[in-house]
Amino acid sequence: MSTRTVLKRTPLFEVYKKYGAKVIDFGGWELPVQFSSILEEHDAVRKEAGLFDVSHMGEVLVEGKDAESYINYLVTNDVAKISINQAQYTAMCYPDGGTVDDLLVYKLENEKYLLVINASNIEKDFEWMKQNLKGEVTLKNISSDTAQLAIQGPKAESILQNLTDVNLSEIGFFTFAQNVNIGGIDGVLVSRTGYTAEDGFELYLANEKVEALWNKLLEVGTEDGLKPCGLGARDTLRLEGRLALYGQELSSEISPLEAGIGFAVKTNKESDFIAKAALTEQKEKGLKRKIVGIEVTGRGIARHGYKVFSEDGKEIGVVTSGTQSPSLKKSIGLALISAEHAKVDMQLKVEIRNKQIDAVVVKTPFYKKGK
Amino acid sequence: MTNATANLLYSKEHEWVLKLDGNRVRIGITDYAQKALGDIVFVENPSVDDDVTANESMGTIESVKAVSELFSPVSGTVVTVNENLEDAPETINEHPYDAGWLVEVEVSNLEDLESLLKEEEYEAFINEGEE
Repeated sequence: MSTRTVLKRTPLFEVYKKYGAKVIDFGGWELPVQFSSILEEHDAVRKEAGLFDVSHMGEVLVEGKDAESYINYLVTNDVAKISINQAQYTAMCYPDGGTVDDLLVYKLENEKYLLVINASNIEKDFEWMKQNLKGEVTLKNISSDTAQLAIQGPKAESILQNLTDVNLSEIGFFTFAQNVNIGGIDGVLVSRTGYTAEDGFELYLANEKVEALWNKLLEVGTEDGLKPCGLGARDTLRLEGRLALYGQELSSEISPLEAGIGFAVKTNKESDFIAKAALTEQKEKGLKRKIVGIEVTGRGIARHGYKVFSEDGKEIGVVTSGTQSPSLKKSIGLALISAEHAKVDMQLKVEIRNKQIDAVVVKTPFYKKGK
Repeated sequence: MTNATANLLYSKEHEWVLKLDGNRVRIGITDYAQKALGDIVFVENPSVDDDVTANESMGTIESVKAVSELFSPVSGTVVTVNENLEDAPETINEHPYDAGWLVEVEVSNLEDLESLLKEEEYEAFINEGEE
């Protein structure tokens, strides 16, 4: 009969059921799409707080005398600009400018960095990092030993503060603290980052400790509205915040400039890097296509892969992500379209089940914190 | 399930059918289906006067995550559409058997209803699928 692939599981898999999770195959991982309802979870993160298991994400340790120069050769942002206990969002590209992955770089020590990569790209990324190794550097893929939780939402700080002596208000956006004790669980890296367009933290720790931390957070947070959240809400939240998703907004066919994460591309940094020539050329000549925010004004919801047409009927691109926005109650999406149509207020059509439905280019992010 | 659902007929595509006067039936999706779909955010019903065919697509229903087809459990002509769903598709999640109904159809051949499942048969069908 059908060939059955063995799905990977995070160390929290056994706990999901206790919290009512509906589990699905998500790119080879058996992960919770929702616990209660996507809309309820989305709402919890916008108004109170949500807890996500994101242990499927990959982690690679880069150590050695040349760690900084090696990473700077590998990625598009300038890692020389960050200090110890700072994190940076960046992209890793092929020489032609297509994207290998988007990632976070954490500077742990002067010669030691943690790279956090997408779950579906772990093997590919690690192989790419090995192929492009330069100088005195060692790489260690610690993905299968490392767990990660994200606590996100306006109450994330106060909930987490109940469990630790470290003053969380001192951890600024995109900075972190190492070896924090949270509710008796030690060795947690606490990072003020996230993927929901809300304030919050990402917590990295050893696999064997994550179940205790998950339970502890829900124990103290539930009365403040903390809810376990699945990947469904993670997707609607990140899309409202216009955060790119690898495989949709970013791919080997789409450069970080086209994807709209040009803020993470420093073509003028001192060191050379892979894709420098290609990305510099894209910048100088101007982009032929780019990702824009769209709102479907007719009746329908845009989805990944749907075709986009100009008002006069020319095919100009494709929807990369789309959903009914739970916060805005509108049908929103991101689309990769030809640059001449990529201007705010431009009228477009999205082909939804063989019908051309009206849409318009809008400013992003669709949703901003505190609005 | 409640008493209200005992008189319904069911399709293997998880639609229910309620026989009204004459050849008219009301169609909706089952509680099992709405739970499986999750939060419903969009419904595309057929229009009044459209012909529908048993076991063929008559529209679509979308949850936050996914698009699914609606299959007609009967053949006939659409006579009424639940227009409230246009602004409040979540009604299907809340009241799948009453306020969340989809369409009413004038069935061309009432004998077609005999091929649909009775409540206990439908329940057995669902339980089989879950194993």
